[in-house]
Amino acid sequence: MQSSIEERLTKKSKKAKLETFGKSLSFICIAFIVLVVISILYFVASKGIATFTQNGVSIGSFLGGTDWNPSGKGADGQPLVGALPMITGSFLVTFLSAIVATPFAIGAAVFMTEISPKMGKKILQPVIELLVGIPSVVYGFIGLTVVVPAVRNVFGGSGFGILAGTFVLFVMILPTVTSMTIDALNTVPRHYREASLALGATRWQTVYKVVLRSAIPGILTAVVFGMARAFGEALAVQMVIGNAALMPGNLVSPASTLTSILTMGMGNTVMGSLQNNVLWSLALILLVMSLVFNIMTRLIGKKGAMK
Amino acid sequence: MNAKKADKIATGTLYAIAGVIVLILFSLLAFILVRGVPHISWNFLTNRSQTFKTGGGIGPQLFNSFYLLILTMLFSVPISLGAGIYLSEYAKKNWVTDLVRTAIEVLSSLPSIVVGLFGFLIFVIQMGWGFSIISGALALTLFNLPLLTRTVEDSLRAIPATQREAGLALGLSRWETVTKIVVPAALPGILTGVILAAGRVFGEAAALIYTAGQSAPALNFADWNPMHIASPLNPFRPAETLAVHIWKINGEGIMPDAAAVSAGASAVLIITVLLFNLLARYLGRVIYKKSTSA
Repeated sequence: MQSSIEERLTKKSKKAKLETFGKSLSFICIAFIVLVVISILYFVASKGIATFTQNGVSIGSFLGGTDWNPSGKGADGQPLVGALPMITGSFLVTFLSAIVATPFAIGAAVFMTEISPKMGKKILQPVIELLVGIPSVVYGFIGLTVVVPAVRNVFGGSGFGILAGTFVLFVMILPTVTSMTIDALNTVPRHYREASLALGATRWQTVYKVVLRSAIPGILTAVVFGMARAFGEALAVQMVIGNAALMPGNLVSPASTLTSILTMGMGNTVMGSLQNNVLWSLALILLVMSLVFNIMTRLIGKKGAMK
Repeated sequence: MNAKKADKIATGTLYAIAGVIVLILFSLLAFILVRGVPHISWNFLTNRSQTFKTGGGIGPQLFNSFYLLILTMLFSVPISLGAGIYLSEYAKKNWVTDLVRTAIEVLSSLPSIVVGLFGFLIFVIQMGWGFSIISGALALTLFNLPLLTRTVEDSLRAIPATQREAGLALGLSRWETVTKIVVPAALPGILTGVILAAGRVFGEAAALIYTAGQSAPALNFADWNPMHIASPLNPFRPAETLAVHIWKINGEGIMPDAAAVSAGASAVLIITVLLFNLLARYLGRVIYKKSTSA
């Protein structure tokens, strides 16, 4: 009798067991996600480094070379794996689309938070949400049937190129940047605006000199976030950029980005060959850049946290 | 120029910008719907696609998209539910939690093509599953997890602490409080998030071209044995989805009516995503009404 009471008091209760079970179950889920991230980083990095370790390509000629023809060899007997055309292409479309999208995003965000919150909520908010929902291949298809011919008519040439890519990416990142900018403007305390208006400033002066300035870190984060999206976008860009692995001489001749060469090439190469490894190196650049964008948003957030 | 004039000009410009954005969306939608909807017919939705001839449909692709979506959700919802519960209910403020949050952030910012290539490497090649539905569904699961986890966590966090205290005061364990009180209360938010994620997954293509593949073999819709190779349910067959189909026929340029087929398929894709969005809003409202007696 006594021993059974002792047992009941000292042993784990049913509830405590259930609790341990539940906690471990949810921990396993989270551990799984962390494991996935670590293995993505590890596998992509190890495949991407193989170009340099197994095939003996120098990092300099990979990052700085302008000739891309992995199945051919240059005059010096080295494989032609210069990735600079793609790297340039990727950065160009990213920066250009961000430069075009930022004023629009800020304008829309100011409109929604300062000028006409009612109309903003009723019309602009759902519009932006719908724009986010449109799949990227649809953007690519519209780019192919509308933007490319339009560029061709205005500037001549084939129409494929950086400019068409910029247009498509501009529409794609606009909703992301806008909604994040709105969040940034909403965190500016109300009394900032009241103080400025009380000093006799007009609404625009208040927006320009007070609200936007104190929201700069948030707006920067939004822009960097949009750039990260633009940099990693694959199919929509691939459909309109022309996919010629040449240094972009102007904005309307066919060019290429890291993602476009990756999507085109991966299916046509044999695993483990140089042609394949060098594609993984491109993927590694994408991965590293996405980490860089991530760190940038963190730094901005830390430096500009509103006091 | 005085301050008042500047204010007027700025206000006008801002109205113009807002107008331009609304115009962009409407012209996008109008373009797709006007071009695509006339092409949609029962035959288009159910027929096989053609490679060299006109008049192909999108039947198998449409089925593949939905099948892949269901499998992806089957994998990703339980995992992100568990992960979200851990983050909102159990996680302490320490370096482990920081690491976990960083990992989720990194995963959510990875380009989907990189996730797709990882899936290609692991599921298609290492596991030897080839281009198959299962590889595609697992790749999409990885792509879907971070966002869904965050939605679950946010919805759980929005439930007031008093609910948890009430459960604990009744003698429930923490796990019981979470599963019996907090999760049901957060269900509208979670469901909305799941449906919105479904819209995203439905339109995703970059992560699929090297995992689920770019070919849609003939399906025998009379054969529902998952083990048979022509069965629609077989998870080890290659499966081109609707989004991948649009991308592929535009890239190849050998289908004579590629533009018409892509317009029709794009319209189907957009209408489906819109329906998901509307459903999410509607369900969220209905469940909220039912569960709160508001």
